[in-house]
Amino acid sequence: MKDKHYRRILFQLPFVALLLFLLCYCNQGGKKEPTNSPEQSDSVSTKQSALSAENAIELPPFTDGIFPCSECHADLVPNPTKRDLVDMHDDISAMFDHDKENRWCTDCHDLQYRDSLKLASGKLLDFKESYKLCGQCHGEKLRDWKVGVHGKRTGFWNGKKEYLLCVHCHNPHTPKFKQLTPEPPPIRQEDIN
Amino acid sequence: MKKENSRRTFFKNISLATFSALALSGCDMKALKEFLQQNFRTLSKKEKDDIVKNLQVQYKETYGKEFHVSIEPAMEGVLFGYALDLSRCIGCRKCVYACVGENNQSRDPQIHWIQVLEMEKDKGIDLAHSNVHYNPDKVPEKGKSYFPVACQQCRNPQCTTVCPVKATWQEPDGIVVVDYNWCIGCRYCMAACPYGARHFNWGEPKVPSDEINTEMHYLGNRPRMKGVVEKCTFCIQRVRVGKYPSCVEICPVGARKFGNLLDPESEIRYILENKRVFVLKQELNTQPKFYYFFGI
Repeated sequence: MKDKHYRRILFQLPFVALLLFLLCYCNQGGKKEPTNSPEQSDSVSTKQSALSAENAIELPPFTDGIFPCSECHADLVPNPTKRDLVDMHDDISAMFDHDKENRWCTDCHDLQYRDSLKLASGKLLDFKESYKLCGQCHGEKLRDWKVGVHGKRTGFWNGKKEYLLCVHCHNPHTPKFKQLTPEPPPIRQEDIN
Repeated sequence: MKKENSRRTFFKNISLATFSALALSGCDMKALKEFLQQNFRTLSKKEKDDIVKNLQVQYKETYGKEFHVSIEPAMEGVLFGYALDLSRCIGCRKCVYACVGENNQSRDPQIHWIQVLEMEKDKGIDLAHSNVHYNPDKVPEKGKSYFPVACQQCRNPQCTTVCPVKATWQEPDGIVVVDYNWCIGCRYCMAACPYGARHFNWGEPKVPSDEINTEMHYLGNRPRMKGVVEKCTFCIQRVRVGKYPSCVEICPVGARKFGNLLDPESEIRYILENKRVFVLKQELNTQPKFYYFFGI
């Protein structure tokens, strides 16, 4: 009798195990969603930060020895009057062609904090983020640049990309592209010996 | 004396003649093997590996450098697309020569996969009166526009359907490639291509050994032979490992865009969805994956 009972338990054991396994599995399934969601939000945040990672390529192209500006400007009294510059920065003054009629140095460079750029709102901006300054007026270009349509992307089409800042291609003081010497044309058929 | 005309003697003589012809031609086993090589698409992985190994040795002997010949297949879920912003192109031809260098095009006789056409701005896109030989001191010139043309990587490529030996075909990632070893040089594909994108090696192609690109793909930029047709492959040796084509990377004005048409996040998809694009000779129903647009 006792033996029979024992046998029955043995017979039922696999069913119990199966039930337990199913229970565990369902529990895990239930748990899956909450554990998954932080991962999802992670991927969203990496996607958003991908742009800033892509932006951080090369430093802004400063002329040698020009930065930090404060090195010279610390001892100078700021003069906000629009004028032609002589002695220092006369080269920039001469080439300046970026809405010359209405703009001047301090529209983009901060008068007090010399090592910063400045938005129209007065907000200070690092030189590495100069594209935000350009985007104030050229919003459509900034939008295209962010998605890789304006400007040039190098690197990997399916991975890490490198991006150039606006100022790597456009001189901010005279942004229009200069003409280039073209590479040689293909050989004409009649010139082949 | 009675002449022996039996079938047996015929076979005896013909086999003797074949062997002596082979021996006389100085044809070694390697060349014979290459001659008898099957179409790339029918080869097994092992056969492909052997061929690639032999090619690397052969190229090293010729150019005195280490070569890497890839047979990297298409990635899954990838269909390559290209977009070119005509409003930015300044006609500097940097893409033409970057392509020549990357893809080992023959320097003499000269082969260029990219043709940059100069047009009169006020006449619009006028292919018939375009000029590929423009040579001013500086570009862009006033009143001119520039229109680069290379293989349009058609979804419905007529060059492949006319090939009598199936030496050219469209890969799963959309790149139209040529098996140079299988090409018989009939140039039907060149006649069928409405974009002038295919080029024939009329002479023995010459690439200086100090300029040769050693990173190669079997279906792409490996050295070609005399008598075969070649074309743009979107830099198959680069794009199959995730890199951009070299014309995209060289363009000084960022007019060239490239990516996966099946990836909704790609820049190429953004262009298709947000810019007005057109394809060249749409009326021919070649359905190019090369799009032109005006970004500004």
